[in-house]
Amino acid sequence: MNEKYEQKRKRIDDTIALKKPDHVPIFLPQSYLPARTEGITLKEAHYDVDAWVRANKNFVLKYDPDMYFFIEAPINGAGQVHDILGTLAMKWPGGTLPDDVPFQFVEGEYMLQGEYDHFLDDPSDFLLRVFTPRVFKNLEGFSKLPPLKNLALGCYGTPVYGMAMAAPEVVESIERLMEMSKHALNFTVKSGQLYAELAAEGHICAANAPVLHPFDIISDMLRGMRGTMLDMFQVPDKLISAMEKLYPLSLGGAIGAAQATGNNQIFIPLHRGADGFMSPKQFEQFYWPYLKKLIEDLVNANLVPMPFFEGTYEQRIDYLQDLPAGKCIGWFDRSDLNLLKEKLGDIMCVAAGMPASLLQTGTVESVRKQTKEAVNTFEGKGFIMTSSTVIDEAKPELLQAWIDATREFSSQ
Amino acid sequence: MGRELIDAIVAMDDKKALQITQDLLDQGVAPNKILTDCQTAMEEVGSKFEKCEYFLPELIMSGEILKQITEIIKPELDSTTGNGKKKGKIVFGTVFGDIHDIGKDIVIFMLESNNFEVVDLGVDVPIEKFVESIKTEAPDILGMSGFLTKTFDAMKDTISGISEAGLRNNVKIMIGGGTVTEDIVDYAGADAFGETAMDAVTLAKAWMGGNKNE
Repeated sequence: MNEKYEQKRKRIDDTIALKKPDHVPIFLPQSYLPARTEGITLKEAHYDVDAWVRANKNFVLKYDPDMYFFIEAPINGAGQVHDILGTLAMKWPGGTLPDDVPFQFVEGEYMLQGEYDHFLDDPSDFLLRVFTPRVFKNLEGFSKLPPLKNLALGCYGTPVYGMAMAAPEVVESIERLMEMSKHALNFTVKSGQLYAELAAEGHICAANAPVLHPFDIISDMLRGMRGTMLDMFQVPDKLISAMEKLYPLSLGGAIGAAQATGNNQIFIPLHRGADGFMSPKQFEQFYWPYLKKLIEDLVNANLVPMPFFEGTYEQRIDYLQDLPAGKCIGWFDRSDLNLLKEKLGDIMCVAAGMPASLLQTGTVESVRKQTKEAVNTFEGKGFIMTSSTVIDEAKPELLQAWIDATREFSSQ
Repeated sequence: MGRELIDAIVAMDDKKALQITQDLLDQGVAPNKILTDCQTAMEEVGSKFEKCEYFLPELIMSGEILKQITEIIKPELDSTTGNGKKKGKIVFGTVFGDIHDIGKDIVIFMLESNNFEVVDLGVDVPIEKFVESIKTEAPDILGMSGFLTKTFDAMKDTISGISEAGLRNNVKIMIGGGTVTEDIVDYAGADAFGETAMDAVTLAKAWMGGNKNE
């Protein structure tokens, strides 16, 4: 790699290892912001991969952060993919939302409580034949497939499958998948080219694939928040068994993504484990064991976990002290910076510092003041300057003031 | 028996709570009396939430138990239910462009368990719907929720719409949710910001204690 890349890499690696770098690295989680700065609509971001790649490239070259974010983050698959599948569990601009409104998930009880037994008996069968048709309306045909266990019949089973595959609904669903795959592949190829081009110019992508905690997979995707919270009281054993089933998927997905992309930093957006979502006791039973294991297993696989502690994690902070020291990047949203420094200063590199709202509504003075306080809190060590969440909107002059101030205050 | 029902709900024991409800009905206890016990139980759950003894799962689970009890006693219910005088009326909604409802629902739960009357406008609420609800519901307070950073402008536009309709002085406006911070109060032209559901209750109580137009 080139010198600029190596310089940034060393700066970040030193920070992760809790050593003092030449200056505090700045991580710019740009999300939809390049669409704003480059003057394209959010619909174009979702539907025109060339425009989206170009916008991100110009953005990264212009602001030159130490780390930028993967460009799939706000897109979750090109708009055409979701048009073809008839996606129901997400709304997106230019598809099921107006052209300039950010994508949003539509959480639902896509798996009923009474269906845990089917899921636990054979997750793939449940997910293909029951769950998938519920979240993609154009894949309804898969509900007509025979149970996947019939595959055990080998050549004796071919008449069963032959019949099922001839059903028009099944044919239609398979055709949709094949059509969708062209758009998915196009997006992946072009984003991959962008990452390579940016690396050649000295830029580092913070992470290339998200990996979810098993509780969040069940809560976000399958049962909904309300569903999982009822499960915690009504069928706790089944909820835990389902997490056990899903855990290897989370870990394997992370390791596979790292191998495929060559990026060893693994982004783990955490949702339902935050303060307020569950009690400390429930956190200890349902969330922490899997989070701890996921982080430790990733570290043992020589990867760098980058959990995003959305919301506040102040009630959980003592648990985080049990994690291996100097091995991960903890990205924090609203947790108190002084508390993070005090409790985690010797445990993990903290990425935090700038409320996303200030970049939208603040002034150059208020942004500089906030930057100085954050840098000083961490004394320039074990700290990555970033915003409290991904940045969809920001005033360009505030963004620049923030980046300049980070370098200015941490180089002194 | 009433205390037993309250305890079962507060302990999140849904099976026991439903059994007691059935037993009470069989013994000829008035459905309104059972509902009053449920209200007491929900107040106790709310109070434990305030003290950080209970969290979101308990709010959701107790809401589910209440729903099931209501289904059992609905056929027996007469029309004389009343929960006493409300402290004030609040219209609540997630602003346009945003379909997040978790924060909004927690705040509404806490306001209701603190005896406020709440009209829930739902999510992705257009400006006109907020304006219309001020005319038709005549609330004391308007609550606006939003999770996305984009909602700062939606809140600002909604409050401008309310001002243009000449209704800004009819209501106090509180905002909160996801990425919303204190700075957004001035930016959007609201009256106050709340970080937590209890902040919303504290604000509402303070406002209803004084002159809402001050």
